[in-house]
Amino acid sequence: MGLLTPELLANIGKKAAPKTEIVTRRDIRKYAIATGARLRKYLDGDEAPPLYHVALFWDVVEMDELSPDGVSIDRLLPKFPLERAMAGGLEISYSGKIHPGDVLTANRTLTDIYEKEGRSGPLIFYEVIMEVTREDGSVAVSEKTTRILR
Amino acid sequence: MSRVSEATVGDALPNHNHSCDEIQLFFYNAALWNAHRIHYDLPYATEAEGYPGLVVAGPLLGDWISQVVDEWIDGTEAELLRFEYSNRQAAYVGDELVAGGTVTGVDEDTVTVELFVKNADGEVITPGAATISRL
Repeated sequence: MGLLTPELLANIGKKAAPKTEIVTRRDIRKYAIATGARLRKYLDGDEAPPLYHVALFWDVVEMDELSPDGVSIDRLLPKFPLERAMAGGLEISYSGKIHPGDVLTANRTLTDIYEKEGRSGPLIFYEVIMEVTREDGSVAVSEKTTRILR
Repeated sequence: MSRVSEATVGDALPNHNHSCDEIQLFFYNAALWNAHRIHYDLPYATEAEGYPGLVVAGPLLGDWISQVVDEWIDGTEAELLRFEYSNRQAAYVGDELVAGGTVTGVDEDTVTVELFVKNADGEVITPGAATISRL
């Protein structure tokens, strides 16, 4: 144990710059087709599927912001002493549906960094909360991502 | 009465079969703007990263289990309130996968379901859960 220095832990609470995106029928349709959705409302782009916000707020990065393996570098995250991503998960709560024309803003916060001893060595966990709000400020989607590094 | 309002603990949600091919994986990562080589560069995925094939994107597996519960409540008044999943094991292009779920809790206001993606060996590679309003 002891991979997490005070400097590293000081990143807890760090916020990314807010990102605002417009929901379009075309993007919903692409997402629905790509995921193999079967419901007409999604394939026609009348309503966004439950995980559409994952695509909407995936970082649109420029070529020189990619590492050689094609991964975009998330500037919200510090450089961790372990780098191989092992697993991850999402916990999402919803308030209402997302439709074409909606203007949504995502605010991401690095909310936790902690260490656990795994079967084959130490693991670092980190958590990022993304709150997606509507133009009136109400929350549409709240999502907690947990990732494990080994 | 809808299937959600009549749900009892132990009810199985209909299974969905999936097998991701290169075209679907390409479309999915293009829709996200995800350029991670493990999803399209087979020599890189196998030789540099040691995977047996092209890796199915983790959130695509998450989407598939969301479809299990979302299609189950479609056409009812029930709404998805909470959803979670966790990528525990990788899946590869061509793998025969099945997504499904079971009702695990029913109370006055909500129904909870446990969800999964299983591989051909029957191992749960992506567990999940959802809470839906009971109407």
